[in-house]
Amino acid sequence: MSELALDISLTVNGEAVAERVEARKTLVDFLREDLGLTGSHVGCEHGVCGACTVRVNGAIVRACLMLAVQCDGATVETIEGLSDSGEVADLQAAFEQRNALQCGYCTPGMLTAAQDLLKKGGVPSRDAIREHMSGNYCRCTGYHAIIDAVEAVARQRAGEGK
Amino acid sequence: MKPAPFTYARARSVDEAIALLGEKDAELLAGGQSLIASLNMRLSAPALLIDVNGIGGLDGIAKKGDMIEIGALTRHAAAERSDVIAQFVPLIARAVPHIGHVAIRNRGTLGGSIAFADPAAELPACLLALNGEVDASGPKGKRTIKADDFFKGLFETALGPQDMLTAIRVPAATKDTRVGFAELARRHGDYAIVGLAASAKADGKGIKDVRLAFFGVGATPMRAKKSEAALAGGDIEAAVAALDLDPPDDVQASGAVKKHLAGVLLRRVAMQLMEPRP
Amino acid sequence: MKIAEDSPPVLSALDRPNSYIGRSVPRPNLHRLTQGRGQYVSDVTLPRVAHVAYLRSPHAHAKIVSIDAAAAKKATGVIAVVTGAELAKVMTPWVGVLTHLKGLKSAPQPPIAVDRACWQGEAVCAVVARTRAQAEDAAELVEVNYQPLPAVTNAEMALGAKTPVIHASLGDNLCFERKLDVGKVDGAFAASDAIIEATFVTGRHTGVTTEPRAIVADWNEGEQRLTVYQGTQAPHMMQNLFAKHLGLAEHQVRVITKDVGGSFGIKVHTYADEMATVALSKLLKRPVKFVADRIESFVTDIHARDHRIKAKIGVKNDGTITAFEIDDLTGIGPYSVYPRTSGIEANQVVNLVGGPYTCANYRAAARVVFTNKNVMCQYRAVGHPIAVAVTEGLVELAAAKIGMDPLEIRRRNLIADDAYPAQSAAGLKFERLSHHESLAHLDAMMNYAGLRAEQKKLHEKGIYRGIGFASFIEVTNPSAAFYGVGGAKISSQDGATIKLDAQGALIVATGVSEQGQGAEAVIAQCAATVFGVPIERVRVIMGDTDVTPYGGGTWASRAAGIGGEAAWQAGKALRGNVLSVAGAMLQAKPETLDIRNGVVVDAATGTERLPLEELARVAYFRPDTLPAGIQAELVATRHYVPRAWPFAFTNGVQASYLEVDADTGFVKLLKHWCIEDCGTIINPQLVDEQIRGGVVQGIGAALYEQCLYDERGQMLNGNMADYLVPMAVEMPDIECGHVVSPTADSELGAKGAGEAGTAGAPASVMNAINDALRPLGAAPLTDMPFTPDKILRALGKV
Repeated sequence: MSELALDISLTVNGEAVAERVEARKTLVDFLREDLGLTGSHVGCEHGVCGACTVRVNGAIVRACLMLAVQCDGATVETIEGLSDSGEVADLQAAFEQRNALQCGYCTPGMLTAAQDLLKKGGVPSRDAIREHMSGNYCRCTGYHAIIDAVEAVARQRAGEGK
Repeated sequence: MKPAPFTYARARSVDEAIALLGEKDAELLAGGQSLIASLNMRLSAPALLIDVNGIGGLDGIAKKGDMIEIGALTRHAAAERSDVIAQFVPLIARAVPHIGHVAIRNRGTLGGSIAFADPAAELPACLLALNGEVDASGPKGKRTIKADDFFKGLFETALGPQDMLTAIRVPAATKDTRVGFAELARRHGDYAIVGLAASAKADGKGIKDVRLAFFGVGATPMRAKKSEAALAGGDIEAAVAALDLDPPDDVQASGAVKKHLAGVLLRRVAMQLMEPRP
Repeated sequence: MKIAEDSPPVLSALDRPNSYIGRSVPRPNLHRLTQGRGQYVSDVTLPRVAHVAYLRSPHAHAKIVSIDAAAAKKATGVIAVVTGAELAKVMTPWVGVLTHLKGLKSAPQPPIAVDRACWQGEAVCAVVARTRAQAEDAAELVEVNYQPLPAVTNAEMALGAKTPVIHASLGDNLCFERKLDVGKVDGAFAASDAIIEATFVTGRHTGVTTEPRAIVADWNEGEQRLTVYQGTQAPHMMQNLFAKHLGLAEHQVRVITKDVGGSFGIKVHTYADEMATVALSKLLKRPVKFVADRIESFVTDIHARDHRIKAKIGVKNDGTITAFEIDDLTGIGPYSVYPRTSGIEANQVVNLVGGPYTCANYRAAARVVFTNKNVMCQYRAVGHPIAVAVTEGLVELAAAKIGMDPLEIRRRNLIADDAYPAQSAAGLKFERLSHHESLAHLDAMMNYAGLRAEQKKLHEKGIYRGIGFASFIEVTNPSAAFYGVGGAKISSQDGATIKLDAQGALIVATGVSEQGQGAEAVIAQCAATVFGVPIERVRVIMGDTDVTPYGGGTWASRAAGIGGEAAWQAGKALRGNVLSVAGAMLQAKPETLDIRNGVVVDAATGTERLPLEELARVAYFRPDTLPAGIQAELVATRHYVPRAWPFAFTNGVQASYLEVDADTGFVKLLKHWCIEDCGTIINPQLVDEQIRGGVVQGIGAALYEQCLYDERGQMLNGNMADYLVPMAVEMPDIECGHVVSPTADSELGAKGAGEAGTAGAPASVMNAINDALRPLGAAPLTDMPFTPDKILRALGKV
């Protein structure tokens, strides 16, 4: 039985959500338009820029390359959730202190990707940080400040102090 | 852009997926990392999308005799983390970190990559280099297709319009297995300008059973058979001279440059093949 | 690596206690951005908002014979399908010319093409529907009958006798031409010991702002007012233009700019599809939203920097540069972009070549020609990257020719640090620059001698590293000489209104805006410092033409120097007003009082006399207790425009250290340095970050970015997989340093810094590549971007 639109139930930032959605609607458009969670951004719709990076069932994904209907039963976390729960508070503070964001459009994706790296623990090298962040486009900062901020947080979490 | 409208069905089994594929303008949705980008640009507009992500039993990695069997729905990220792959399929272990970026690898599947057969992709070349095979299911039942018979043309494989790839099998590496991998991309994670996936077997001080699979050099991954013979004979320069690729120009590089780079990669990979396994 | 901490407060001539000038204060607007709670235009939605998708010409040049929208109009969710002819009844076309660019000509451009599409991507029809997806579905049903016309796609042939003229009314395809001949160029070349000629090509590229262009236009028929949410760099300019082309008064139009996801000049221009969206709102009497997707962005966002420059330098054996000569050809789109014109980039190239040097002999010719490709206009560092690449490329080629070190040839030719005020051969007026001090600082910071030694050692091992430099000057804080004199309603002045609220906090409304540079922080720092409150008590309002003083916005690196000065003057004025009231309340002479840390104090002793909250309470709620004749005016507005200098020139010097793989032609960037003199630095971290971001954009130009077109005028790589922008792995760490030469044209002494990185990076990378390849016998590369293809060919490997 194939449908143009389906009912989906999922958890978004810890909140149960039940909506009817067109099959063709991407996850990022669903989050932004149907749920008003505009923190995830649309930059290219072809999976290259990373501005739409969110977490689905604990793994970071391009929300422009998933359909909302694929997320039935899934746990989705966006920047709003990561922020309000405090999970990325130290990353946010470091980004702000170091001015690792300028226009802020890539920032939710950067924070989500950075947290994905730092969750693993340890202190990755600058090269390893650059590699993990290689899928997130920033036009403003030139990346140097972002690498500084992620490295600083990695050290803090590893107990190496500021 | 937004995709053109389509209907969506979740297949619960391979048989159901194949039956649905019989409908007009139907396509399978696995990882979606290529398909959804294409839908977003309206480069393709199927009437029906069949989501196979819920089909159980298609995502395992297991040693079966002297082969490693990888379910078609295995995510690249799972392969990256797999101890079995690390130990028994070192070529794929080396190749996977080059596929896109973390977020892409969390969704993209090995089966999808091989079935899509992008000429600049890593895994089709790895399959070819390892002399692997794939299992496909279709309306007429199951069949196994060898890598050398699988890649037919630009984005064209031996899979029919109603076939579904279900598993990939490659020989499990032994202590004699030698592999080599190198690719050149302008930016980390981009599709390769040129790449080379290679395997061989140690043969005393030299190597034998050399398989060189270049990618980014033509409509499909391509074996350089004359170069394979020369390498087996121990002569790297002869292998480079024998390279008979004729890559077309594309927006990233001219054919002449690709051919030159193929030679450079051949020298680098040849060194890798000559080294004993750590 | 430590996060940069506050630098210790800098005691400057500005001499305020608890000064924020020179401190790396974190920006106040960052919390909402890191929380995902920013408000970008693409986030804005209004009741009954309709969405527009534009059907775009697939042809570079074609007559639009007919448009059949019957089927489209019946599609699900469609509200209207509107052609150029229909929209022409609502909105007048525009012409991108300025009178001070003599002879600049262009044809009228409509919001939607009427009879003819002139570039691949030009909108030919608007489909308005309840959702963007529905609009796109319906757009597929619109049948356009095109008659393809010959397309002009080769700039070199644009003025040829056999080449079709794109706009018959103009007579030819020449948009603008400029010639300059200063000093005795021919004599100087004749007297040279060596003459080096090279053809420089800078590849056409584009901004790729992470947030694509977006606009929400809301014509309220009941109020007869238009409100437009737009990520523009110049809200008042757009207010004027929307009013002008819709036949409204300016006060009927309100432009609101909140968060902008990157601009770099892309969003300072007038776009046909954005104007069309505004016109559609008026036509349909409801809000209409347009968000460009990435694919259409590539063929509609302005392109820039498509130049071919034949260049020549003369040099004596002692290193003296004798003359510069250039012949610049640039192929823009079929229209000069409005209102800043597409002649400015070439004009800047002519103005800026040779700028840092004493050489007085300079000849230049520049031609700007129309082609049937996407439109071109100002993009970050307008003209500078090209002029600096040509100048600095020639200088290092000259150095190599006579066997002189590239820093040494610069030392012998850069204008001396004590030679100011000075003027360049092209007539640019410099107040005070620091080329030599900057060069010395760079030399030390990068350990130049050490890198040369390392380069030599590694060369022997077959590893080829290169070191390249670029000295540069940068146009900042423009006066009316830039646009105003040419008739454009682009304000070079700016204003700030500061008021003390009822709790003793400062509310600052400013005419400059921000797209991530940190203007909000800079304005707050200026206001807090001059007035005397902790920065937490300052709120800055920007980007709303109903509320902010009339200003120019943020472009040409003017926000800190001009916007900051207006805020400084307004803060001073308000302090004066507040101290008048305080004096009356305390029965003290206002000149004996000061405001420090939010409290009125005795200026001489610092003794606290009266908290601001108390003064505000009395002024607002108990004026009956004030002496007769005292009326508290707790708000002040000041405007500022630079008058002494047409531009506040800054200077700097950059270096690139890289490694070239001679087998693959790949370049690995190892490190980059920039010394920048932008006068008084208000927020050091923000300046450094502007430089870093700018450097990486310049690296993109040097190595990766190019809009590729075929001979039919089809863009071949208009997506993010094929158009390569710099990503994290390939970029180097970038070290910044400063020299400070304040301008006397303002009290703050701040110049601009936003574009310096982009100005010098392409040249320094180019010079480093050529430095690496020179010992291998490769011909110098001067054709950007420097792809592996080009490097391998230069090495003779392909």
